[in-house]
Amino acid sequence: MLKVEHLTKMFGGLAAVNDVSVEFEMGKINAIIGPNGAGKSTFFNLISGLHRPTSGNILLNGVDVTHMPCDKVARLGVGRTFQTTNLFEQASVLDNLIVGHRLRTQSGLWDVLINSKRLQREEKAARDKAMEALDFVGLSHIAGQFIADITQEERKRVAFALALATDPKIVLLDEPAAGVNPDETVGFAALMRKMVDNGLTICLIEHKMDMIMSLADKIMVLDHGEKIAEGTPEEVRNNPVVIQAYLGGDEDAAA
Amino acid sequence: MLLKIADLLMKPGTKMVMIAFALVFPFLAANEYQVYVMATAFIWAIAVYGLNIITGYCGQLNLAHGGFFAIGAYTLGLLTADYGWSFWPAFVGALVMTAVLGFFVGIVSLRLKEHYFAIFTLCVGFIIYLLLDKWEELTHGPIGVRDIAEPYGFGLVDFTETTPFYYLVLAFLVLAIWFMGKLSRSLLGRTFIAIRNGDELAQSLGINLMRNKVLAFVLSTTYAGLAGALYAGMVRFIGPEEANINHTFDMITYLLVGGIGTITGPLLGTIGIVWITQSLQFLEEYRMIIFGPMLVILVIFFPRGITGSFLTWMHRKAQSLAPGKKHTKSKVVTAKTREAENNA
Repeated sequence: MLKVEHLTKMFGGLAAVNDVSVEFEMGKINAIIGPNGAGKSTFFNLISGLHRPTSGNILLNGVDVTHMPCDKVARLGVGRTFQTTNLFEQASVLDNLIVGHRLRTQSGLWDVLINSKRLQREEKAARDKAMEALDFVGLSHIAGQFIADITQEERKRVAFALALATDPKIVLLDEPAAGVNPDETVGFAALMRKMVDNGLTICLIEHKMDMIMSLADKIMVLDHGEKIAEGTPEEVRNNPVVIQAYLGGDEDAAA
Repeated sequence: MLLKIADLLMKPGTKMVMIAFALVFPFLAANEYQVYVMATAFIWAIAVYGLNIITGYCGQLNLAHGGFFAIGAYTLGLLTADYGWSFWPAFVGALVMTAVLGFFVGIVSLRLKEHYFAIFTLCVGFIIYLLLDKWEELTHGPIGVRDIAEPYGFGLVDFTETTPFYYLVLAFLVLAIWFMGKLSRSLLGRTFIAIRNGDELAQSLGINLMRNKVLAFVLSTTYAGLAGALYAGMVRFIGPEEANINHTFDMITYLLVGGIGTITGPLLGTIGIVWITQSLQFLEEYRMIIFGPMLVILVIFFPRGITGSFLTWMHRKAQSLAPGKKHTKSKVVTAKTREAENNA
């Protein structure tokens, strides 16, 4: 599905991501964990095309997307959320989501001028898609509220819906459960499970270990830009290198 | 009570009332000068709508807007005065010129983001001013352009009279707002808003940043060119001062006061401020003593301008009135809000 080979990104003399190779399977929940500054977000930015890799390859279903611009990668089916999502605060939730389907539409300036059939059809499709995505994340009851008036958890769900409206095959989630309470975290885990059950592939960055350990099918651990471990939650949990990276090699902790 | 009035303003009929008022205004005006001031306000409003596309919707602060206004005016002026074109071909020429120059300036300047873009366009605006002032062989330099052709009315109307010209400008204003309304509701308008929300998010939604930003920029410079050409046709004498950076900042003020990123905002802001400035004319330079604090208060208490703050207030009010039926009610309100925006 998503195959990364020897991926490296240098910022000046600093290797933010250093020679990382990994494969993420279709229909699975893949987690990326690691201490702050380990290069997790940079790794996401490389896959989604926001940053160009210094070297290495990224293959999406066999297609080389290594040097593809972000918008083309998105059109190939890579959706993503960010740690913070800036939305149009004084517009309704639904209005904010309609643009999510834009990449599957063709209408341009001329269609706007003559109000073409195509534009009308595509606008309806985009609206329906937005409603469908909103329904999927369980927020159809707040479709008409302003973004400024909804809760933090709802905002996070809206960000999910926006990514889903692009009709992705794989979704990159950057700390989806940051800043929400434990009950809500359970809700997000259920939502991710539901996404996978609907045929999506998930990659997520997360610091909440309880959630990761019960949710992920596969975990990759990054530290200082390098992959230090990879495997099932059980394997990663018992890996001494991982414990050292997290707890700083203290003997008591490693024991 | 207040809500009822507000609700009435949201009705599609408001648009008709506004147009009707604009149509009868020359008969209500005390003298020809007032009609002239209103026509000037309309011209500026057209330019402000252009600024609203690139800055209000697409989120890129373009400080060369006054420069493109001047290019529109000069293209029309020079083509008619020096090259013997008649008004309407030169008018089309002005639109094409501002669109083409907008394209080339756009593909260079839009590579820069946020304040770097603003600073770059500030420089572009100043370069336009310098070219108009110093390139005497082409632009006549500080003397300016005289003998600009008047718009001919195909034997039907005489646009050298103030009132017919007022109607001409009004027609273009209605056209400009009509297109703006269609644009804002369309997927293209939503694309611009997504870019305003953030480059990275927009890109990850599959939006080609450069293509859409350049399109918004070209649309905005064409609006500026349209306004500039009408201006040249009205005053029939122009100088390098048309490209003065103050014009750009005036337009930004109109936009902020009226409501940035809204449909009615540019119109309300421009007409409101032009008339306030006119009525404070007797104070001469001291009018800024009144004008300044007024702006400060407005920006503090109505950060989204008159229209933006009004729409937000309406939305909240309607939601708090129907707590039981929150969901259905909120849907109705968004439909209304959208409608009001459309009809503005």
